[in-house]
Amino acid sequence: MKALLPDFVLNIWMSVWGWLPPLMQYLVETTFWILVVMITVILAVAFTTYFERKVIGYMQGRIGPNRVGPLGLGQPFADVIKLLIKEVIVPGKSNRFLFIIAPLLTLIPALATWAVIPLTDTFVIADINAGLLYVLSLTSVGVYGVILAGWATNSKYALLGAMRSAAQIVAYEIAMGFALVGVLMAGGSLNLGVITEAQSGGFSSWFVWPLLPLFFVYLISGVAETNRAPFDVAEGESEIVAGFHVEYSGVAFALFFLGEYANIILISALTSILFLGGYNSFFEGWTFLGEGHFLREPALLWLIIKICFFIFVFFWLRATFPRYRYDQIMRLGWKVFIPVTIVWIVVEGVMAWMQVGPWRNLAG
Amino acid sequence: MTKLRSYIKTFTLWELWQGLSVTFRNFFRTPVTVYYPEEKTPQSPRFRGLHALRRYPNGEERCIACKLCEAVCPALAITIESDVGEDGTRRTTRYDIDLFKCIYCGFCEEACPVDAIVETRIHEYHMESPGENIMTKDKLLAIGDKYDAMISADKAADAKYR
Amino acid sequence: MLFHAILFYTFAAILVGAALGVIFSRNPVHGVMFLVLAFFQSAMLWLLAEAEFLAIVLVLVYVGAVMVLFLFVVMMLDINIERAGDGYTRYWQLGIGIAGLMVFELIQIVLMRGRGADSGNGFAATPEGYSNTEALGAVLYTEHVYAFEIAAVILLLAIIAAITLTMRKRPGLKQQDISAQVAVRAADRIRVVKMDSERPDAGSES
Repeated sequence: MKALLPDFVLNIWMSVWGWLPPLMQYLVETTFWILVVMITVILAVAFTTYFERKVIGYMQGRIGPNRVGPLGLGQPFADVIKLLIKEVIVPGKSNRFLFIIAPLLTLIPALATWAVIPLTDTFVIADINAGLLYVLSLTSVGVYGVILAGWATNSKYALLGAMRSAAQIVAYEIAMGFALVGVLMAGGSLNLGVITEAQSGGFSSWFVWPLLPLFFVYLISGVAETNRAPFDVAEGESEIVAGFHVEYSGVAFALFFLGEYANIILISALTSILFLGGYNSFFEGWTFLGEGHFLREPALLWLIIKICFFIFVFFWLRATFPRYRYDQIMRLGWKVFIPVTIVWIVVEGVMAWMQVGPWRNLAG
Repeated sequence: MTKLRSYIKTFTLWELWQGLSVTFRNFFRTPVTVYYPEEKTPQSPRFRGLHALRRYPNGEERCIACKLCEAVCPALAITIESDVGEDGTRRTTRYDIDLFKCIYCGFCEEACPVDAIVETRIHEYHMESPGENIMTKDKLLAIGDKYDAMISADKAADAKYR
Repeated sequence: MLFHAILFYTFAAILVGAALGVIFSRNPVHGVMFLVLAFFQSAMLWLLAEAEFLAIVLVLVYVGAVMVLFLFVVMMLDINIERAGDGYTRYWQLGIGIAGLMVFELIQIVLMRGRGADSGNGFAATPEGYSNTEALGAVLYTEHVYAFEIAAVILLLAIIAAITLTMRKRPGLKQQDISAQVAVRAADRIRVVKMDSERPDAGSES
């Protein structure tokens, strides 16, 4: 910062800053960080789409986009420009207002949740105590965009897609919530920062190991929550055209697209924080690296690596599995995942109470 | 015993891992993509692309307006009108192929008794305004003249299999 | 403090507006969306009162679950909007009565606050490191544990009752047994039989 700006600019800035009341200072600072995180997430979304097309391409023996810019890296920007200059068509008998706000309703929760995500051991925008609940409530609000889009379009296919998506999200949210209960029992707090702290101490103290079933349930429910393959019956292009966003075009469609990928990144980030120790290093327990070696320090880099891994898993699943049938999805959610999570929560509770296993130090 | 095995398989998600491993191995396999405008896949001499009307070496049109191609065309893409020419022979006054209707089946080529209508190996063409999809007699003859060497070579290469 | 007051009155105004919207909007889906907005605004008010647990749970339970199901049902209804207002005139006496009672109660509360009977102005300052969630949990699972558990059992009972009332087993219904399908192995279904060729003269060579 100091190197970039000439002295007098800094001086003016410092005097203006000092003149502001503390409340304004707080507001300006928070807004600044919110903007930084949001813009980063949106850029990340752009490259996630590129990453997806490359990953799936290679898995299918293709090479994916390679025309725009070096290695095709300009492709996301070309896509964005294309979508921005296309016309937004609002169907004649649709509900105009709801039709237009629906894409925003899917995007905003996905971005707002980043407020409580601890990016490093010192930085988080809003360090609130009920962070995990906040995450859960905002991800559940995301359904509204899909339902309203389906209803406001006034089309059979869109309504079918919306119904499927709503039922699916409601079903998997319960399993997801139970998985989170397991995490908060192990972490002893609803604060995501504290949960991450509880996993410090290296590879072996991450929550994946003691909570392995919950980890899988959470990850798969996350895939289902974001309506991604193999749980993408809400879009189901071979059955109901594109589901809830059939009639969306141009910028409105771009917002849906942004929301979907922002959700993918969000679920990946949450999975890394809740089960893989977030910003904690892989090598934390490796004493032979020496005390204070940079590889052993917690850093944003570790979180980013973990997020990228889970994003890769999302695409890997998409390239591997065929789409589930609707009744199979419901069965998996209600009859498999919910019992599995409940059983594991009971197991965890009993083990913590009996003071055995990795939860020895929790009962208190 | 089999029941126990299937339980273990279910709870370790064994079959899902199998599927995932297949895609993961493919991830590292060299892509088979042909970089299209720079590289092209080899074409058969029988490739059915843009149409052309041929002439005899002395410059006379081959087409005798027998309308067999019009009759055989499954997509009804060909329209022919004919009249008696100055030298007393039957000639077409109009020979239109609608490229939007054409399904490139090659029946016209098969039906033609004088090898007048052929499908060339040209497949990289486009239309920019409405109406350009109708290939008139002049356009077809022009293509035939321009690519005569290629068409003759393809015909010669294919001749022994007919 | 002024900032808080501005926020409070803004949220309260939107809340009242949204609540009026729920009553007066002709389109049921709009009504549901107004209700969602109202829930969000009341959550905001709770946040201002530093009851973040309650605020977030309100959003989670009502907005995230209950209203989604509401919307689900309302979306499927094919209501004739012109005729939807017919019931107003029939029940107006009862409606006015209930409204009057509520207005009376609200006035009572305002008056009591004015007399200083109940301190509504300012909450006790929370000590450092105080966690709303923890405090609520501690109270719920110690002092009120029986009430809490009984409430849970009653809800469970309601679920089971609803399921038993609506579930009917039709005879002759074809159903999948998924665990049986998963457990099936090739050997259970097909038998590979070794057979000689039908034509002995040609079969032996090929």
